[in-house]
Amino acid sequence: MSATAQAIPASGTKRSSLQRSRRWALIWSYVFLVLFAIFFLMPPVYMLIMGLKTSGEIAAMTNPWWVFHPTLMNFKALLTSTQYLTFFRNSAVIAVAVVIITMLIAVPAAFSLGRMRFWGSTTLATGVFLTYLIPDSLLFIPLFKIMAWVHETTGIALLNHWWALIIIYPTLTVPFCTWIMIGYFQSIPKELDEAALIDGAGYIQMLTKIFLPVAMPGIIAATIFAFTVSWSEFLYPMAFTVSADQLVLPVGIVTTLIKGDVYNWGQIMAACLMGAAPPLIIYAFLMDYYIAGLTAGATKG
Amino acid sequence: MAQVTLRKLVKHYDETPAVRGIDLDIADKEFVVLVGPSGCGKSTTLRMIAGLEDITGGDVMIGGEVVNDIAPKDRDIAMVFQNYALYPHMSVYENMSFGLRLKKTPKDEIVRRVQNAAQILDISELLERKPKQLSGGQRQRVAMGRAIVRDPKVFLFDEPLSNLDAKLRVQMRTEIKKVHQKVRTTTVYVTHDQVEAMTLADRVVVMNGGNIEQVGTPNDLYHSPATKFVAGFIGSPAMNFLPCVLEEAAGALRVRLSDELAFPVPQDRTARYRPHVGRSKLLFGLRPEHIMEQRPHLEPNQTPFEVELEVTEPMGMETLVYFLVRGTEVCGRVNPNAGARDGGRMKLVADLNNVHLIDDESGKVL
Repeated sequence: MSATAQAIPASGTKRSSLQRSRRWALIWSYVFLVLFAIFFLMPPVYMLIMGLKTSGEIAAMTNPWWVFHPTLMNFKALLTSTQYLTFFRNSAVIAVAVVIITMLIAVPAAFSLGRMRFWGSTTLATGVFLTYLIPDSLLFIPLFKIMAWVHETTGIALLNHWWALIIIYPTLTVPFCTWIMIGYFQSIPKELDEAALIDGAGYIQMLTKIFLPVAMPGIIAATIFAFTVSWSEFLYPMAFTVSADQLVLPVGIVTTLIKGDVYNWGQIMAACLMGAAPPLIIYAFLMDYYIAGLTAGATKG
Repeated sequence: MAQVTLRKLVKHYDETPAVRGIDLDIADKEFVVLVGPSGCGKSTTLRMIAGLEDITGGDVMIGGEVVNDIAPKDRDIAMVFQNYALYPHMSVYENMSFGLRLKKTPKDEIVRRVQNAAQILDISELLERKPKQLSGGQRQRVAMGRAIVRDPKVFLFDEPLSNLDAKLRVQMRTEIKKVHQKVRTTTVYVTHDQVEAMTLADRVVVMNGGNIEQVGTPNDLYHSPATKFVAGFIGSPAMNFLPCVLEEAAGALRVRLSDELAFPVPQDRTARYRPHVGRSKLLFGLRPEHIMEQRPHLEPNQTPFEVELEVTEPMGMETLVYFLVRGTEVCGRVNPNAGARDGGRMKLVADLNNVHLIDDESGKVL
């Protein structure tokens, strides 16, 4: 290296100035990345620290970033309370069911809207996306009325039943998942379905044997999205469920661990930390796929 | 094995006509190439044969049976696409056997056919690989293998070599011809490259603006083009076209290109050309290879003339010379040792045995 630099001084200076500017770029990247990391890691770290403290230590207002007498008491109390386990089970069953329902609707919908050109398919695709833009805070009152009306006319009680959320959540997840996958399916070259058509595949076989495997990153991205939405949804369960045994995690934590003006901070923090674990674990395993799915439209053209 | 017949085939995209009613008979085992500039309707025609495009009017027949309303998979055809269209998640073996597996062909039969095709194409050692681990040429072979294993009535190729680099293209061209000689399946091949068309085809179909300009063997098209379009499209460098006047003097005909330059018309063409004496809008067409350097012994109907060269392009085995006749650039091909140089004067010979006279209004060769 140094020999080359001596032999050709001109290019040597040039290279070192390039290296210097690259080093500065890297330094600034690290500075901001570290800032971001601190900013976004602060809440979970704070949750962990508070979760490990006793109520007494929290009340004593010692240094909030240090645990002097660590204890697993809060976690133990939650894991032995049937209430918390019920919330967890409700949330888990709902999330898995919603993911399955969403995929069963969104994949065929996206395939037909994205690949089988028919009259009005582009308008429909845009329409699907537009429905996603309406916030749930606008929708929960009409939805409440609809559920009450269903109860009156059919006798099926939807309100205050956790399983009713399995029917409600897909209204949030299906439009966006369909939209992601329309984009993904459209990025697959059309010769691929023509080759499959000539090879003798019908539309169902084309979907299951060619498109599903090829679009797997997009499908995983959509799956993660649907799971995250149904896991963290707060407004709908807050509005539609009341009894303690019908609650899901986000609502359950707030309604049962805050009694009047008494905040059981240690347990709240421990409950939140454990509640955040499942999406985190799923993200960690599927991260590569997820990123590939989100950037697919941009690079595959 | 089957013949393919097109009868008054028409295709409109909305209101725009893409194919304007073409008739074509392709014999069993024949290799036919559709060639033409982009937008001439050649790919659309192929896709109608495949069943990937709806037919606006007319009939497509495969093996004597009208297939207009038959789904692609039931037409017993195989198609090779420009971008290969291999299934990216399947191995080469799975790609090639996909069609057979859908048809529930017995397993040992599938293995036998895939191995046979792999042997023909020399890809036996690639069967376990995924498409992304293959080079362009190998992908092209796999795409052909996928077609061969199905043992279809007709092979359809849609610009299969356009994605390859120049050297590989020439190599795969020979490969395709060899494969056809082995399997002898009726083949329709689309390309925009006239060299590919000439080298591969039993018969070439030249298309332009949704119509067939001419159908013939490569030599037919080269030596007796029917229209100005075919004359200009086939052959590289392209045929020279010069405005001319036909004169009659003492029973013989002469083509006058400029005040100084006029060539006698060969005796055997006098009768054919006589009705056009004095007519305007007449073009004189002569290929560069029929404008040569001066030679000691001239054949009949070879006429010497002298010009001032504009530019010379040495190509190695020959040198291209360019000169102006009344403002139109003319190209000739001379021996590299004939002493052609930029701006120099040179004695050349025009071989009038190969001249074409063209009616510039109708575009027909007279």
